[in-house]
Amino acid sequence: MNLDKTLKGTCKKKFPFISYIILGIWTIVDIFPIYWMITFSLKDNAEIFGDNIIGLPKNWIFQNYVEAFNTGNMKLYFFNSILVTFCTILLTVIFSLMACYALTRLEWRGRKLINNIFMLGLTVPIHAAIIPVFVILRNLKMTNSYQALIIPYTAFALSMGIMIFSGFIGNVPKQLEEAACIDGCGMFGIFFRVVLPLMRPAISAVAIFTFLQAWNELMFAVVFVSDSKYRTLTVGIQTMSGSYTTKWGPIGAALVIATLPTLFVYSFMSKKIQGSLIAGAIKE
Amino acid sequence: MNKLRRNKLALVFFILPAATMFIGIIIIPIFMSLTYSFQNWDGITQSQFVGINNYIELFTSKSAGFMKTIGNAMLLALLSTFIQLPISLFFALILSKGIKGERFFVTVFFVPVLISTVVIGQLWLKVYNPEYGIINTFLRAINHPDLCKTWLGDQSTALAAVFFPILWQYVGYHMLLLYAGVKNVSTDIIEAAKIDGANYWQTCTRIIIPMIKPVIKICVIFAVTGSLKAFDMIYVLTNGGPAHASEVPSTLMVSMIFRRNRFGFGSAIAVMIIFLCFFFAIIIKKCFKTEDD
Repeated sequence: MNLDKTLKGTCKKKFPFISYIILGIWTIVDIFPIYWMITFSLKDNAEIFGDNIIGLPKNWIFQNYVEAFNTGNMKLYFFNSILVTFCTILLTVIFSLMACYALTRLEWRGRKLINNIFMLGLTVPIHAAIIPVFVILRNLKMTNSYQALIIPYTAFALSMGIMIFSGFIGNVPKQLEEAACIDGCGMFGIFFRVVLPLMRPAISAVAIFTFLQAWNELMFAVVFVSDSKYRTLTVGIQTMSGSYTTKWGPIGAALVIATLPTLFVYSFMSKKIQGSLIAGAIKE
Repeated sequence: MNKLRRNKLALVFFILPAATMFIGIIIIPIFMSLTYSFQNWDGITQSQFVGINNYIELFTSKSAGFMKTIGNAMLLALLSTFIQLPISLFFALILSKGIKGERFFVTVFFVPVLISTVVIGQLWLKVYNPEYGIINTFLRAINHPDLCKTWLGDQSTALAAVFFPILWQYVGYHMLLLYAGVKNVSTDIIEAAKIDGANYWQTCTRIIIPMIKPVIKICVIFAVTGSLKAFDMIYVLTNGGPAHASEVPSTLMVSMIFRRNRFGFGSAIAVMIIFLCFFFAIIIKKCFKTEDD
């Protein structure tokens, strides 16, 4: 952060105009697809296909959204995505915080080894599990259910959660735990009353990370769920796009519906979100 | 307190949920994948043990097309490492200089990373649409209808058309990591370099880039393993077509299982993907280490 201040003084004047042009072009390249998506979600075919390809819509057709929600089934897919994502976040946060506590604060033989095994999970691609988990779920007659997605999502999010929590748990002083112990707290009391509340910043980092993973996931969702009743947004959009090949407005509406929650959260806490993705990649 | 920390009951309570899930969904399935990969199994009837036949087919059979998917994945890995990463590094360096609007640019460049690949893929489907897509409409508008193509349907352009959005989407991700890395470089060192008469270019190449090597290493690993695992964008845009022109290992794996019911062969592909991810991660780590010594 200090670099910021020192370099500001020396470099600002010399900062070449051309850099701004390049940054500007890339900004347009990044923003244009979103702008285009939002505008065509409000247009009819005539405008999208000819009259008015990249301008603002002339007639704002909110009917597209109604159609996406009802005929396109987006209402259900949206609900499914919310439910699956929410449960995944909840389980990931609780289970990985508990595991992190056991791995860093409890004393037992083999904890280094177990920690290393969990960290290995960071590198294991989901491909490793897809066929066996599909077979297991099928044998348990559990494909086409919410847990068919929630459990694998959580399992694959645990390593990242434990890693992020381990980076933060140093901020919780051991003396606080000891004080709580003297005051008569047991292990569970210490964990839930002392550690958990102090880990709030880390919890939001893990929650954000897990949200992005679960909300946008496609491969498991394609393979484990075939019944439209349990379909999540990513697969739902795929299905809808297959049946609306000639009518782009409602598809655009569906895309906006799937993207809006992410952009909405990002607009409030962009720094926090960027921070959690950095924390998830770089060990300090 | 020390007694509490050694409490076995607490240990079991804290570690059990995560461990059960991790073992059940990741550890055991890895071994199951390995076992399946030595079998011939349609997923329903009795499986037969076929030794390493699946792997032999993987590497020798032209019709299975696995080697081609590896070629495509490696091409994507090369493009990511040598085009996407330098672009990201360039942005990270100019943004960390402390220009006006720094926060704004970082925030905007990161937006494509957050949006679901399915959504981005659907948008690009529309961009590439042969009749109404923006590219062809534009080409017709500037009187070059001869350049119009069915971008995703043409074997010669499909791969490029699929790779372009993938590369575009993750520039922001690498930029953010590198940017954070540059921001962590101690100001004293940069000041010292300045006093010694280093210009900005020299500061970047001699001080900043060597100091953020650990972050660059992570970015290269992500770029390469990400390419080997690539699925979403390709599934949405072409699903590997036309005629396997844009097929990658993951799309081949999914179609082997679900279109052709070849669970054994699909598992062999999965095992190869896992193996290659670990293999390249280790190689890249080694490469960065020897340079340090």
